Amino acid sequence: MKVKKLEDGVYQLDVKGYVCPHPQLYTMKTLQKLKSGDVLEVLFDNPSSEESITALCDKEGHEIIEKRSDGGTFVYRIKKA
Amino acid sequence: MKPLSKNINIGMGNKILQNAQYKLKEERMNMADDADRRRKFWAFSVVGIMLIISLWYYRVNPIYMYIIAYAWFGFAYGILLQWGRFCFASAWRDLFAIGVTRMFVGIMVAMGVFSVIMAVLAANQLSTFHPGPLGIHELVGGLIFGLGMVLAGGCASGTLYKTGEGNGTSMLALLAISFSQAIFVDAQGWFDKLLRGYIFPQPKFTLAEKFFGKGLSLGEYFIANSIINTIIPTLIFLSLAYWFVARKGIVRRIIEKKAATLPADGGDVKLGLKDELYGFWQMITASKRTTLAGILIGIIAGIHVMAMQSLRDKFGIENFGQALVKLGFVEEVSRRGTVFDPGYWYITTQEAQVGAWVLEKFGWNMKDNIYFGVMNGIPEPWHNPALLMSIGIILGAAAIALLNKEFKFKAPTKELAVWGILGGTLMGLGARIALGCNIGAFYIRVAGGDPGGWLFFLGMGGGALASVKFLNWWTERQLKEEDFDIDIEIE
Repeated sequence: MKVKKLEDGVYQLDVKGYVCPHPQLYTMKTLQKLKSGDVLEVLFDNPSSEESITALCDKEGHEIIEKRSDGGTFVYRIKKA
Repeated sequence: MKPLSKNINIGMGNKILQNAQYKLKEERMNMADDADRRRKFWAFSVVGIMLIISLWYYRVNPIYMYIIAYAWFGFAYGILLQWGRFCFASAWRDLFAIGVTRMFVGIMVAMGVFSVIMAVLAANQLSTFHPGPLGIHELVGGLIFGLGMVLAGGCASGTLYKTGEGNGTSMLALLAISFSQAIFVDAQGWFDKLLRGYIFPQPKFTLAEKFFGKGLSLGEYFIANSIINTIIPTLIFLSLAYWFVARKGIVRRIIEKKAATLPADGGDVKLGLKDELYGFWQMITASKRTTLAGILIGIIAGIHVMAMQSLRDKFGIENFGQALVKLGFVEEVSRRGTVFDPGYWYITTQEAQVGAWVLEKFGWNMKDNIYFGVMNGIPEPWHNPALLMSIGIILGAAAIALLNKEFKFKAPTKELAVWGILGGTLMGLGARIALGCNIGAFYIRVAGGDPGGWLFFLGMGGGALASVKFLNWWTERQLKEEDFDIDIEIE
């Protein structure tokens, strides 16, 4: 698991290789530490976390501004509410 | 002339660069196309292999269609579980860990649908379901199972479909489930004592039998098993999930929507019963994929029960062990002449049988216990009806994951390997104590009208809560170790 700053207000959480519930749990916890309007890019390869992260953002009001997937790796860019 | 030639050179340089970029892009697209083709090839190969093996079994003896039916129903479950990301572990876990009700809703919907079909099948003598002993062992087993499923990252059925996605942690969990069960039921005769001394004497009944006796009508099965035992508790659980977890986010959106239509000095937004019902419906339909998968799983599980009973009638058997005895495979069946052949969706016993089969190869006597020796036998894996269903689940999940570009082999890290093995072991122990997992001890039992399934569900919830608390602490600790950014405060 790695968290890094890509630029001001844009962070990346890499949870590739993790199974449930780690990707969604780390996403939630990292988002809690960010400021409103910050963007978090989450990299994960556990397909089941896809629906859970979407549901989490929907519930908390965060906006998923981009969803990409390639060869089993998912990239979600989430704007914190 | 010089500047001109320089311009020409720059122009040519740009062109060469553009061509190189274009070629690189084209190459990348070709590689992606190749990867796509390979994935599709493997997905269809999985189906092809299943078909060839099915035909081969049929050629050897038509009675093998009975176990091939299990494999194809497994294949259908595998597709739906993977596509719907349908994991019972995440029902309780995501509720406690991240406040998401998606999967909790999914399993309740799946069970409601399945219970209606089960009532119809029971009234038409097409059900293979039998209730299990009702007792505190289900709560205890559920608790241990719940602890394990959250650690391992998936329940018993979830572990199978995630294995099909190429998830190495789930593969380890699967091995741990298999061997922990096999060793537990054989070691020191503890499990025999538990079965004889406590579990077997407990009452077994469905609510329909309890209320109305035997030889019942569809209405009686429907009211007792479906409405009272399944749908009403399901609605209560969903209402609790709405009120305590989902409501906050949904109400916020309803208020925002209403506030936008009010005049500037229009006062407060008030919520009525209609809004709450709308909110409840929003929760049910929030993840359409999960809810649809739940409906389809309920339907497939119903057709599965009907198909297995019809095949039993067709071949004149009540248990596949009878067929194995007729074919001369006497060593493979239990002392009662049976093998594990539930006639419906089931996960863990066949995994225990694989564990026992392997241990026997290392010289262990695995048949000197009630579980294998008297009840379930240890058939060769290729004769094991329920095991073919589990293999079907893995292959179905692999096929759909390959088609949807979601298959990826993920070797477990040391950390995840520990959670996978520990979680799988706990799931194995819990499943044996409760006589089943999230499917056999909960999903099938509740929908079949056996109230004991709810004890397992509550136990699962308790275990899941404890494991979520542990993982919360663990992930927080891991995040603190990360070189986070100076702008972000770490609590």
